[in-house]
Amino acid sequence: MSDTADTASATSRDADTVDADETGTPDGTVTNEETTPPLKVQNLRKTFGGITAVDDTSFEIEEGKITGLIGPNGAGKSTTFNLITGFLSPDSGTVELYGQDITGMRPYKIADRGMVRTFQIARELSDMTVLENMMLAPKHQRGEALWRSVVPGTRAQVMEDEQDVLERAWEMLDFFDIDHLADEYAGNLSGGQRKLLEMARALMTDPDILLLDEPFAGVNPSLEEKLLEHIRELREQGYTFLLVEHDIDLIMENCSRVLVLHQGKLLAEGPPEAIKSDERVIEAYLGGEVE
Amino acid sequence: MSVREYLDRFLGDESETGTPIQRIVGSDAALVVGLLLAVYVVFIAIGTVLGYGINGQVNALARLTFLTAVYALAVLALNLHWGYTGLFNIGVAGFMAVGTYTMMMVSAAPDARVPGLGLPLWVGILAGMAAAAFIGLIAALPALRLRADYLAIVTIAFSEIIRISYLSSTLQSFTIAGTELGTGGGGGIGIQNDPDTVILETLNAIPGIGSVIGGITSVAQNAGVQPSVVNNWLYAIVLLVFVVAFYWLLARIGNSPFGRVLKAIREDEDVARALGKNTNLFKIKSFMVGCALMGLAGILWQGSLGFVNPNTFLPQVTFFIWIALIIGGAGSNTGSVVGAALFAAVLFEGPRYVANVASQTLELGSSPSTFAGAVGALFDLEVATFFAYALNNIASLRLILVGLVLIWLMQNRPEGLLGHRKETASSIPLGRPTRDSAVTDGGEEQ
Repeated sequence: MSDTADTASATSRDADTVDADETGTPDGTVTNEETTPPLKVQNLRKTFGGITAVDDTSFEIEEGKITGLIGPNGAGKSTTFNLITGFLSPDSGTVELYGQDITGMRPYKIADRGMVRTFQIARELSDMTVLENMMLAPKHQRGEALWRSVVPGTRAQVMEDEQDVLERAWEMLDFFDIDHLADEYAGNLSGGQRKLLEMARALMTDPDILLLDEPFAGVNPSLEEKLLEHIRELREQGYTFLLVEHDIDLIMENCSRVLVLHQGKLLAEGPPEAIKSDERVIEAYLGGEVE
Repeated sequence: MSVREYLDRFLGDESETGTPIQRIVGSDAALVVGLLLAVYVVFIAIGTVLGYGINGQVNALARLTFLTAVYALAVLALNLHWGYTGLFNIGVAGFMAVGTYTMMMVSAAPDARVPGLGLPLWVGILAGMAAAAFIGLIAALPALRLRADYLAIVTIAFSEIIRISYLSSTLQSFTIAGTELGTGGGGGIGIQNDPDTVILETLNAIPGIGSVIGGITSVAQNAGVQPSVVNNWLYAIVLLVFVVAFYWLLARIGNSPFGRVLKAIREDEDVARALGKNTNLFKIKSFMVGCALMGLAGILWQGSLGFVNPNTFLPQVTFFIWIALIIGGAGSNTGSVVGAALFAAVLFEGPRYVANVASQTLELGSSPSTFAGAVGALFDLEVATFFAYALNNIASLRLILVGLVLIWLMQNRPEGLLGHRKETASSIPLGRPTRDSAVTDGGEEQ
């Protein structure tokens, strides 16, 4: 889109590699400093032409909790997601992951550092089987190096690794109860099954933080309950979640903190009860148009 | 039964039992060998109708095998780009040209009409592959950052720029660091020790193999087959060995974590990026490897004739390779070989044979020299004259036939003959690990 953004991201990437070497990679499960939030967004801003999609937004999410991000259509939720995960570069502001600046970093770098997203519309890899989808995800597979997959001696190592990846993939499919679909093309799955697959696939990367963009859209109630169970179970295991969702009740019931976006700005944040009774939120969102 | 059902049954859908052919002999290799044999039988039959002698028959099959093999090489390389990675490369001819020309410039003798460096052929071949990969890198760097279609535009433009550069009189001969070099311009470039000659000489020099070849040649000669025809066959067999090597390499690349990322890029690049894969790097690697293989394919194909000129690498060459890939089914290496064999036999050589049979059996009389003459004859209800003209211009008719086949495929079987097969990208079989008690849960309900 723009050369300047790319150069900027290239330089910041280089700076960050140095950074990472100095501080060591944070591994989520044990953070030395209680005060470092897993994700901290400061003064984030993004405009498209004349429209300011995200306007000076700042927030943090808490370790090991489910944080909800709500807001009416066009509030800037998806743009915020894209800015955080590197799919868009912000005009200004910073994004910090465990205290390290990741602003404008390429998406794969951010995913590599343990923050993985799903998409609003499930994006399964249709012409690959469910198992292939799952086995794609684990990071730093040695067989992703071309030569290692080809050279006879090293291919044996690759195959050993693959055995582990395969076992993990089956376990994860079991966990999500979609193991009977393992050999099916992902494109043949139902909408809800795709959502399950997408979350299972994201988990295969061993993330610390999962950003779920409307994980319940188009999912039937019983599957929704199942998906929620999984999310709660994963939270128990120490995963951190940021959830974009339209269903207010669902957010209120399951999130420990809620962020409300309105016209690109953070309108309110706090525990669900406080949000529920917040006048501004009711006016802007819950109560519909109050002119 | 519709054509589609028949093809599905014949070529295997997703059933574990395999295709009828596979059930009989058990593998893709059998499918390919079976197809080749069937094609041979048909061509021998046609040759008999045409009254070919044994020498002609054997030579026709050698040519057919040669064409099948060289198309298979090029299609396999393209399959890595398009079938696996989803890279829309329509500049195949250009990368083949770079490989071939570089090989010739490096290995041609310094005192040749178009002087070269005079280095051994294998140096030239490696240089040709490296040059093709490098040009691929240059083409890919800007284009891979953009949307997929732009790569198509860039590659076909590159292909034409390359061809026209070789055609240019500016580069016809030049001097670098006191060494005279050149591309030969429109006059083309040649080499005495072309791959065909050198490979056969090398084979003959190996004591065991050399004497076997000598034996075969003399037996063949007694049967009425000329030594040159035996040599054609030998080179065709060498090319088939290269096809096996390409297949082996690409199967290893495809069936690995690396290949899995390529497939993911083909399906949805954003997803691969969201999962932490540096997709640009994967795309560049895939593109460069494919281009190097195209370079090698060019060397073994056009380079083996000992002489090329820029018109050898018209865009038409690219499109023929693409059609072979589409027939076989993008994404399947076996499909690529099958597509190449069918293209070479039915679309490339077939029309010429049919024309020969027709003009021999139908007594069509002489053909008018112009299109106007042929059409004019139609008005006089002299269909035979028009027919004779058409058969006389079979090369153009071939293009029409190719177009028709393409339209039919797009409407009826866009995935090609084998493109629908489930070929999972992994280095190991993907069954549930045995130590799990697999049967207890899940089941096969859908």
